[in-house]
Amino acid sequence: MQITVTVNGESHTRDVEPRLLLVHFLRNDLGLTGTHWGCDTSNCGVCTVTLDGVPVKSCTVLAVMADGKQVGTVEGMERADGLDPVQQGFVQCHGLQCGFCTPGMMLTARCLLDKNPDPSEQEIREAISGQICRCTGYENIVRSVRWAAEHEAAAKAEVTS
Amino acid sequence: MTVTENPTPMGFGRMHRKEDARFVRGKGNYVDDVNLPGMLHGSFLRSPYAHAKIVSIDTSAAEALPGVKAVITGAVLETLSLAWMPTLSYDTQAVLATDKVRFQNQEVAFVVADNHYIARDALELIEVEYEPLPVVADAKQALAPGAPVIRDDKEGKTDNHIFDWSAGDKEKTDAVFASSDVVVAEDILYPRVHPSPLETCGAVADFDKVTGKLTIYSTTQAPHAHRTVYALVAGLPEHKIRVISPDIGGGFGGKVGIYPGYVLAIVGSIVTGKPVKWMEDRNEHLTATAFARDYHMRGEIAATKDGKIRALRVDVLADHGAFNGTAQPTKFPAGFFHIFTGSYDLEAASCNVKGVYTNKAPGGVAYACSFRITEAAYLVERMIDVLAFELKMDPAELRMKNLLQPAQFPYTTPTGWEYDSGDYPKALRLAMDMVGYEKLRVEQAEKLQRGEYMGIGISFFTEGVGAGPRKHMDILGLGMADGAELRVHPTGKAVLRLSVQTQGQGHETTFAQIVAEELGISPDDIDVVHGDTDQTPFGLGTYGSRSTPVSGAATAIVARKVRDRARIVASAMLEVSPDDLEWEKGKFFVKGDPDQAKTIQEIAMAAHSSLELPEGVEGHLDATTVYNPPNLTYPFGAYICVVDVDPATGQVKVRRFIAVDDCGVRINPMIVEGQVHGGLADGIGMALMQLMAFDEDGNHLGASLMDYLLPTSLECPSWELGETVTPSPHHPIGAKGVGESATVGSPAAVVNAVLDALKPFGVRHADMPLTPSNVWRAAQGRPIRTDLAIQ
Amino acid sequence: MQVPAAFEYAKATSVTQTLDLLAQWGEDARVIAGGHSLIPMMKLRLARPTALIDINDVDELSYIKVEGGELRIGALTRHAELLESALVEEHYRIFRDAERVIADPIVRNRGTVGGSLCQADPAEDLSAAFAAVGASVVIQGARGSRTVPLTEFHVGPYETVVEAGELLTEVRVPIRPGGGSAYVKVERRVGDWAVAAAGAALWTSSEGTVSNVGIGLAAVGAEHFRAAEAEVYLVGKPATEESFAEAGRIAAQHSNPVADQRGPVDYKRHLAGELTVRALRAAAARARGQEA
Repeated sequence: MQITVTVNGESHTRDVEPRLLLVHFLRNDLGLTGTHWGCDTSNCGVCTVTLDGVPVKSCTVLAVMADGKQVGTVEGMERADGLDPVQQGFVQCHGLQCGFCTPGMMLTARCLLDKNPDPSEQEIREAISGQICRCTGYENIVRSVRWAAEHEAAAKAEVTS
Repeated sequence: MTVTENPTPMGFGRMHRKEDARFVRGKGNYVDDVNLPGMLHGSFLRSPYAHAKIVSIDTSAAEALPGVKAVITGAVLETLSLAWMPTLSYDTQAVLATDKVRFQNQEVAFVVADNHYIARDALELIEVEYEPLPVVADAKQALAPGAPVIRDDKEGKTDNHIFDWSAGDKEKTDAVFASSDVVVAEDILYPRVHPSPLETCGAVADFDKVTGKLTIYSTTQAPHAHRTVYALVAGLPEHKIRVISPDIGGGFGGKVGIYPGYVLAIVGSIVTGKPVKWMEDRNEHLTATAFARDYHMRGEIAATKDGKIRALRVDVLADHGAFNGTAQPTKFPAGFFHIFTGSYDLEAASCNVKGVYTNKAPGGVAYACSFRITEAAYLVERMIDVLAFELKMDPAELRMKNLLQPAQFPYTTPTGWEYDSGDYPKALRLAMDMVGYEKLRVEQAEKLQRGEYMGIGISFFTEGVGAGPRKHMDILGLGMADGAELRVHPTGKAVLRLSVQTQGQGHETTFAQIVAEELGISPDDIDVVHGDTDQTPFGLGTYGSRSTPVSGAATAIVARKVRDRARIVASAMLEVSPDDLEWEKGKFFVKGDPDQAKTIQEIAMAAHSSLELPEGVEGHLDATTVYNPPNLTYPFGAYICVVDVDPATGQVKVRRFIAVDDCGVRINPMIVEGQVHGGLADGIGMALMQLMAFDEDGNHLGASLMDYLLPTSLECPSWELGETVTPSPHHPIGAKGVGESATVGSPAAVVNAVLDALKPFGVRHADMPLTPSNVWRAAQGRPIRTDLAIQ
Repeated sequence: MQVPAAFEYAKATSVTQTLDLLAQWGEDARVIAGGHSLIPMMKLRLARPTALIDINDVDELSYIKVEGGELRIGALTRHAELLESALVEEHYRIFRDAERVIADPIVRNRGTVGGSLCQADPAEDLSAAFAAVGASVVIQGARGSRTVPLTEFHVGPYETVVEAGELLTEVRVPIRPGGGSAYVKVERRVGDWAVAAAGAALWTSSEGTVSNVGIGLAAVGAEHFRAAEAEVYLVGKPATEESFAEAGRIAAQHSNPVADQRGPVDYKRHLAGELTVRALRAAAARARGQEA
């Protein structure tokens, strides 16, 4: 069946089987391979994308369910003026090693900061608790998100002052 | 927003990773991201039984499904002499089962189709008739009289025995035991676990019929070794095989071996004439790729009444699964397990390891274990606590009393290892100071009065990494030395080519920093090429924490070769004798006249120019080397874990974790700390939740991430790291490896902490994982046997 | 990656349309919302619906409101919405307790209240929580709707009274001021299904005796997710540690857990008692306004 999905602000119309998983639609039909997959059971969270602004696990969403909706992936994070502060935070604080969980982690972090610009360490840990990282022991991911929060706050202060 | 809080250092230091630019943009290139024109997709039909005779396989319906291009069975592979392949331990493994299946989810048939969905549909159309056979799921029953023989494919095989291997002086050890005041024994299981990186295993094979060239993109930690094995097994000419290991989503040892899927992708491409992709799912990954551990150990420790440890004796039953597929140096069927004397000064030690076949997946050495040092470190650190329990001594005091002293290095252990350097008491003292050990013991006593149970666990480990000296260490006859090539271009920018392969360790940054340190070229101006056998020199790859000890040394040496040549070029430029030049990072200058200097960039240009060089000196600034390590390096560390245990529910909360690591000189401390963080999380996982148990029919009880539990951000505390620096005396830059230190050292600290909390209940030992049910049962005096189904 | 077998698909935007599609496609069609139980089962090909009716856009089923003295929760309410609802928290704190430990934050963005109840997993937390507060559910079919108490909703593991052609549309919880409620769970790891869990809602008289109580249990084989015998025992007893301990003993005695990798039977039965006591203790403290 035909679906139209807006991904990172760009509208895509494709013919798909109803059973096509959203993660495969993004990776194979649209070539957006920044979204990874790691399990089949919605436990690892590396396939996390946003659906109408909310993080979801795209291995457990059908592409047809995204018809008429907005999807956000890691490829859409960079802004005109450079990397998103979350992306910068991950570089600054060594928040990634193999890079496989990173896109999903960063999208969740972005959504968290949009709702809560100054999250505590515990709030960050809760927000990413549905996503597994095998490399970092989470420490530097938490620091990366804090870095982004602090630098975003500083940047806002600069604009308003 | 542009931020440069961490400027690029000219050499060692906290440098941000060069590879991050692509990863944070979603522009990594993992195997499943490889998409070649006309590419087909392969998928396995796997066995539902752990042990069964294959009566018949009917693939006709699957072949008739539109979009299916080929269905390959063991019978097809037999015609190509590819139904079996050698393992890394000189055993054989079925690529596709022919006679019978020997573990649940073993590969039975391979479908190649236009897309992944059709390939999966076709699997359902293959009809296999099985005749179930009795199963050996419990290693302890493998050698029982009448046990079903799993490997009846091996001529004359009448039991499930693989090997017996021993180390140390048994007679001397027995004598010390006989004359000791105190002898304590404990049965300790290191259960079967799985490294489970987030990226599963996979490959894209592309065979070009015209040129005869085979290109394989695969999730491999050892591309060169794989190329050679493919050449030897398939009879393909090695120069026509190119193995590319692109970005890898974590390895941890699980991507060292060659899996049937890689072979079938190749066969599929040869058969169909199209590129074929195979990517396994998580269930396949957990059930069919290399597991780790599965060591049933009986430890015995002998000591004086006042706590001087005299000897250790260990008996191991090693479950290797259905095929002996462990990846370890040939001479060591139990890996480096005989390093089990750990960090202590003992009179004698001996061990015997008995390997057996069971109806479980093959593998054995995987998961950041440094060739079984995880098992060894866990055993000795548990035994120390068991002894402390019996002697009613503080476990920190007992360790302090028995640790090797700095003056004893280099130290030869009772089982023959030569530790290069260390200051163990200093590391333990630092960890104790960081955690506030004495105060914590007071708090623990106060809490106990109120009925609250906290525990403090210590682990002190010595690792042996950087395999290794060629005369002792090879895998399938390939010596464990690694090459490096360095080219400095005319403008002074450089390309370093390495045999080792990163799976997230940051090689593109760290190795550029080594060159920067040696040559004074900015790491930003150095490109590190790795993971492509057509582009890099031969070497055995990245595992066993060997990249820094082996290839790090190769890199320093190749950079020094370039520097030596640069000296000659500079001497021609400055018209002085090479001996009159002095090196300062990035330039040569005339002794006593620092203004008379040439930078490495100026020298590079000159080396490619018409400048006349002394007779016999070639131009350019390129060099190659092969590094054959003289010894392993021996990083070490002191870990302390603090937990709170609720004995009424069995829940454990890790409150704090202090890790003091000494890995010698740190090239990039930021990356080193990241490596330690990850390993500590592994320790929490193994100690508290990760487990692959099997029921009596050989059914896998941890076959998805719903059941094989990996720790999340909420089980991990904020790690507290400390460091001491004892350089390796034999490594060119004094570095040791660190990738696996924390995975080796941390499980014992967590387990010791939980059991310390349960001490008031009289609990001396319980096996990993210490899940809530196991903790509650342990407090009742009835711990669970964790490798079997819970009854 | 595992992928489902082929099926028909339609997106419904109203309850009426959903019921029409159910009638049209017959009993092998399934309604899908969050899909976090159904899609993994379909990937394993253990579930093979011929058609899926996607109700994610049936906005009329997405609400939390108070009406007729009841808290009314639309079946399409996401776990995250239940967790964050101030209205729910004002009346029953058990739901925030429970929702915080259901799956993980991202799954909670997608999974729905109705889906969780209809999946009827024996370890489902919301079933126990709703059982504790005396909830009922509204089930709509072609011939109208019926209301079923939660304690009659489950027929067995993974089985409910919702019949082919019917749709669960709403959960109703009677509002009874003056009580307290709480939920406690033991899990092997954050995000795991319960090893065992207990929820309690408790109201006391001015003399400090228990005037009304509900106790829900998950994952321990309690009939209808409820510790009915312990509830009966408690009514009229003083709200004290001693009474709660006895209620715990009764709850454990009437539980019927099965051994699996989460734990052996003796442990789970022990937890049924221990967690019942803890849930009652917390609920009582909240009823007294004494505890967070």
